[in-house]
Amino acid sequence: MNTSERDAEIPESNAREAIIVARDLRVNYGEREVLHGISFEVQRGETLVILGGSGSGKSTLLRSLVGLERPSGGEILVKGKDLAHAKLAEVEEVRKKMGMSFQGGALFGSMTVGENVALPLREHTALEDSTIQIMVRLKLELVGLAGFEHYVPSQLSGGMKKRAAVARAMAMDPEILFFDEPSAGLDPIIAAGIDNLILKLRKAFDITMVVVTHELASAFLIADRMVLIDKGNIVTIGTPAELKASEHPRVKQFLNRVAEPEVEGELNYLQMLTDDR
Amino acid sequence: MELAGRIGGATLDALAYVGGLTRLGARAGYFALVAPFRGRALRLDRAVHQAMAVGVGALPILSLISFFIGLILALQGAYELKKFGALNFVASAVAITMTRELGPLITAVVVIGRSGSAFAAEIGTMKVTEEIDALETMALDPVQFLVTPKFLAMALMLPCLTTWADTMGVLGGALFGVTGAGFSFTGYMHATLSALFLRDIFGGLIKSVMFGVTITAVGCYEGFRTGAGAEEVGRSTTAAVVTSIFLVILVDLVFTSLFYFVETR
Repeated sequence: MNTSERDAEIPESNAREAIIVARDLRVNYGEREVLHGISFEVQRGETLVILGGSGSGKSTLLRSLVGLERPSGGEILVKGKDLAHAKLAEVEEVRKKMGMSFQGGALFGSMTVGENVALPLREHTALEDSTIQIMVRLKLELVGLAGFEHYVPSQLSGGMKKRAAVARAMAMDPEILFFDEPSAGLDPIIAAGIDNLILKLRKAFDITMVVVTHELASAFLIADRMVLIDKGNIVTIGTPAELKASEHPRVKQFLNRVAEPEVEGELNYLQMLTDDR
Repeated sequence: MELAGRIGGATLDALAYVGGLTRLGARAGYFALVAPFRGRALRLDRAVHQAMAVGVGALPILSLISFFIGLILALQGAYELKKFGALNFVASAVAITMTRELGPLITAVVVIGRSGSAFAAEIGTMKVTEEIDALETMALDPVQFLVTPKFLAMALMLPCLTTWADTMGVLGGALFGVTGAGFSFTGYMHATLSALFLRDIFGGLIKSVMFGVTITAVGCYEGFRTGAGAEEVGRSTTAAVVTSIFLVILVDLVFTSLFYFVETR
């Protein structure tokens, strides 16, 4: 199934509500276009996994969805707001309803774990400090880090940093949670723990989640629907079962972990990797 | 032709750089001066925290350096003044040079080394580890959160530090005055005070505020310009120091000429 067929299947008005809509999204790094007109929707309450190899443009896509990259063409609507063109105050209102867990955690090194989680609450709410402390403790408990309030990020392991980052992303009780490579750089057991955490949050809070990953096992475990990105284009969108059944050569190659066939192809691929940031 | 093209290109780059600094400064200024009246609270605690790091932390090294510079000035001045039998002018020479020029400049150089580079390293590291992106996704403006407190701290602390450096420089000069030029300590201080006009001190302090703004703008701007990778943080830090020194001298030149024409009119 290719992009255009898939697009044709998405009706303009859905029975379910689309919380994120990307239409003909294009992103450039300087002269080079890295996303070539991507269109898809994320339904409220679903977990959408964005799959793709290194340099496929999947991280760029995620950064565009949260408004960190400005599209050079097309549009992204999050809760009906075009993040690239809305007023700053409107963008900030939308962002308060979004949480993002970064690949390395991106915790503020100069603050403790508790202060990291408390930061959005302190800045965006008028809550009393004692209330904030309780909320911080709850969020940390949620991700399995109860009692780690007073640790600084450098004292935490990779997996704990990611959990703390999730706690911070959850601080404002977001409607949408974004994950950049949640299991990258973790051993299989810790990575499985993070997968379970994602499933748990999904079940407990009915949050919409967008997860970028290249870990197949993790992707198939958590996804309601998957998007496979390759060289800045959508190869296919579908449920995990649909992807497994796909006859598309690129999908099969990715899911079966087949190396690029020709040396020339591989060199091009490596070249592309080094070109990419 | 190629030379003209290069000069043109370099000029455009320089203008773009100054433009970037100005935009950053204007945005930080907006959050300090305008935004508080539009419902965005100005968090002074971060500015106070920065001011402690910038100001109090710099005192020991700044005291030592400006004391030595004052002493050196006295010695150099005495070498020439002695020939004219005007050794008693050493106090006024030190006082005027320190307050008008060297006090602000030495303070700026010390602050560039301690804080300007630290700003670039802090923001650069935060850029590399995606902490800047994290601030944005949390609907916290990185300029409001990181840059505005630094501007406030520097614009406040540089004049304070400069006043301190002026004093230490005068004391350094007094050491020579008392031991080598036959002054009594009170006599030296009296000579210093009668040589100084208020405009000498204020001129220096106005310059020091401008230096503080310049150093902050360059340090933060270089931090935000940091690319991907740890070695980029090193590049930003170095660039922040070198560019700050250059721009501080440039700002110094502009204001000194301005004062010259205003005062001698």
